[in-house]
Amino acid sequence: MIGRRRDDIPLRRDGTARFLPWLIAPTVYLAAIAIAFMLALGGALQEWDRGLAGTMTVELPPSAASDAAVKAALTALRGMPGIASATALGRAAEGKLLAPFLGTAVAPEELELPRLIDVRVATGAAPDLAALKARLAAAAPGAVLDDHQQWLDRLYALALSVEATGLAIVAMVSAASVLTVIFTTRAGLAVHRDVIELLHMMGARDSYIARQFEREALRLGFAGGVAGLALAVVTIWGLGHAAAATSLVGEQAALLPELRLVPWQWGALALLPVAAGLAAMATARITLLRALARLP
Amino acid sequence: MVRFENVGMRYGTGPEVLRDLSLYLPPGSFHFLTGASGAGKSTLLRLMYLGERPTRGLISLFDQDLSRVKRRNLAPMRRKIGVVFQDFRLLDHLSAFDNVALPLRVAGVAETRIRQNVTELLDWVGLADKLAARPPTLSGGQQQRIAIARAVIARPQLLLADEPTGNVDDAMALRLLRLFEEMNRLGTTVVLATHNEALAARLGHARVHLENGELAAP
Repeated sequence: MIGRRRDDIPLRRDGTARFLPWLIAPTVYLAAIAIAFMLALGGALQEWDRGLAGTMTVELPPSAASDAAVKAALTALRGMPGIASATALGRAAEGKLLAPFLGTAVAPEELELPRLIDVRVATGAAPDLAALKARLAAAAPGAVLDDHQQWLDRLYALALSVEATGLAIVAMVSAASVLTVIFTTRAGLAVHRDVIELLHMMGARDSYIARQFEREALRLGFAGGVAGLALAVVTIWGLGHAAAATSLVGEQAALLPELRLVPWQWGALALLPVAAGLAAMATARITLLRALARLP
Repeated sequence: MVRFENVGMRYGTGPEVLRDLSLYLPPGSFHFLTGASGAGKSTLLRLMYLGERPTRGLISLFDQDLSRVKRRNLAPMRRKIGVVFQDFRLLDHLSAFDNVALPLRVAGVAETRIRQNVTELLDWVGLADKLAARPPTLSGGQQQRIAIARAVIARPQLLLADEPTGNVDDAMALRLLRLFEEMNRLGTTVVLATHNEALAARLGHARVHLENGELAAP
């Protein structure tokens, strides 16, 4: 009827853009998975960092793990500024640490194990590690001070690699989406060339024509984005449960970091379909305006 | 209103279809553009409605040298021009109403005014009962009337028509020509291309005659 205005360019009637949502959905899916992994890894790293902050471990090798050496090391540690406490782990505690890997059939006493001292740093203090190491070496030769920094540095390096890979995936799938929209828009231009030329000759500004393509690209991009995100949410949920199931002795010793997102992270993922729609819209606009600029 | 100075036009690397064309159509004039098929009438009209740029020569429209007009200023200029195409170029997915409304929508006219103006004009061309009809369901003559209504709906300053009465009976042809004359009386410059020289002679307006891409005496 005359009361219902139709678009001047019948974009919904041709098949050129019909598959756009099906092409955008997998890209949003991959982007969502990559972003979720990056966010979850970042969270896990923060937790590890928090857990290890303010702690150090002194290890006395079996050859130098006499009770006297342990006592000397404890005395040296407790006398240092910035050290809140130093506690030697008993054989039972060491056995508990090894239980997930060796089981309970082997008694720690039967093994040649190093002696461990758990050192807590006073809140806000920054002990002089060089002085601490020198004092330890004097009190208990062979003792090794581990401030966990090396392990954390390796973890951070790994996290950086994973993040870089994630960003590369997001960049690649985004580029693929942009190219898809460009080709779809060009195909639409070719199919509707007559209508576009007619509007142009009537005095339609380029933006008037481009707006119709933009609206369609936004709609299709958003639809594809929603579909991709829905699949990604199911996958993230499933992987989260799978990661939790790798726990050996409860949540504290999970083999993999938990794929658990906090509400703001879910909110960020929920913006992906909007971003996909807006990106498709902007791409269609730029493609259109460049093509229309070639008309007389 | 329209000035051509030594205008030449060729498509691609083909031969010149218009050669050394110099003419002036004053504001408010009514011209028939005559000539045999292939004489260059449609190309001349395309140059006038800014559908092509000339290969050489100068064209002035509305007292502006087109070679100096910036691209962004061409759109408002095109809105002052109404065109009836020989093949109508109606949009099949739109109703008769929406087809006629196109130039007004492109110009950003309010929908209430569009509704009133389009309904009145379609009534005037005898298609009041076809507002919602799609072009493919209409006869050639009805489609031509929609094309004419679309060309005049925005009250253009320059009205160009390519064989505008080719598909209607004599009575309707005369009625449509009266519409063009009425537009002309209101100040619109009119150029009607036709190969029907008898019709042009009968109405007695000035003529621009083309032969093999060049101006010639009628």
